[in-house]
Amino acid sequence: MESLFRPDMLLIILGGAVATYLTRIAGYVMIKRFKTIPPRVEAGLNAVPAAVLTTLVAPAALTGGLETAIALLVALLAGLRVSGLTLIAIGWAVAMAIRHFIL
Amino acid sequence: MFIDDFKAGLRRIAPIIVSAAPFGVLFGAVAVQHGMSVGEAVLMSGVIYAGASQLVGINLFDQHLPAWVVILSILAVNFRHILYSAAIARHIDPLTPWQKAVNFFLLTDPHYAEIERQAHAGEPVTFGWVMGLGIGLYIPWMAMTYAGCVLGAFIGDPKSIGLDVLLPVYFLGLVMGFRKRPNWLPVVIASSLASMAAIKFVGSPWHVSIGAVVGILVAALMPVQPDTRSEIEER
Repeated sequence: MESLFRPDMLLIILGGAVATYLTRIAGYVMIKRFKTIPPRVEAGLNAVPAAVLTTLVAPAALTGGLETAIALLVALLAGLRVSGLTLIAIGWAVAMAIRHFIL
Repeated sequence: MFIDDFKAGLRRIAPIIVSAAPFGVLFGAVAVQHGMSVGEAVLMSGVIYAGASQLVGINLFDQHLPAWVVILSILAVNFRHILYSAAIARHIDPLTPWQKAVNFFLLTDPHYAEIERQAHAGEPVTFGWVMGLGIGLYIPWMAMTYAGCVLGAFIGDPKSIGLDVLLPVYFLGLVMGFRKRPNWLPVVIASSLASMAAIKFVGSPWHVSIGAVVGILVAALMPVQPDTRSEIEER
């Protein structure tokens, strides 16, 4: 039986925690140094959530297999009408149906 | 006052708890399958509190890479928080420095999205409200991690019950939620292509930072729309 906390794993967990907290405060600290934001910087900031979250979606269509790609495509279209858990349920159901009944 | 705002924050985050819970369970289950102890997995959820980077962390630890490489990868996946904390700076002015410090510890994708939504609806962003939002997700996240560790032994293959599909579909839903924003379509197209190219030619986890930077640059280089100018402004 392994010990509860290994030193090398603890180093990664605590180092990762410090790195993550720095990412959570760094933007605030930087933005406080400016009085106003140039329009192009602001346009960039407004694009942040869509840009970052897209990178967590699009590659999955390549690496997750055909059923994931189709599920994402269906969810993309469904996302024009529904959101939240309904959307997740639709994407999940499509992928599971293809995985268990077709592939 | 505080408690009312706290409850309002809790109500706002409640549906997100339901959709985030599977990922806490997923993380716990994957962590145990990669040889992490229950204590390590719950500690990781408690101090890092960023699901995607936690999953990247255990995947890389498994490959016996030096600690600094794993920590740098966690930083890369979480780089988006820099932009979130910059974007919400204008919304959290009434908070004291300590309250801001606590709020930033709890900053996640949905936490950020809900603060933006609250501010754009003209509703006040108070300390009680952000604590309801943040703690309302933080405690279930650790509880679900623990549940995932316990369940992990029983899940043979996460793919057979479709756990792997939940994460990208969840993020897709968040992306769709921002579709009314200026430059949304060119940004999403640019970030999609860049992140797909990066995962092919550079490799994970760099596709996150590369794809994001390309999308943000596209937005910054698009013609400036006068009606959205100087929305972010320090007072």
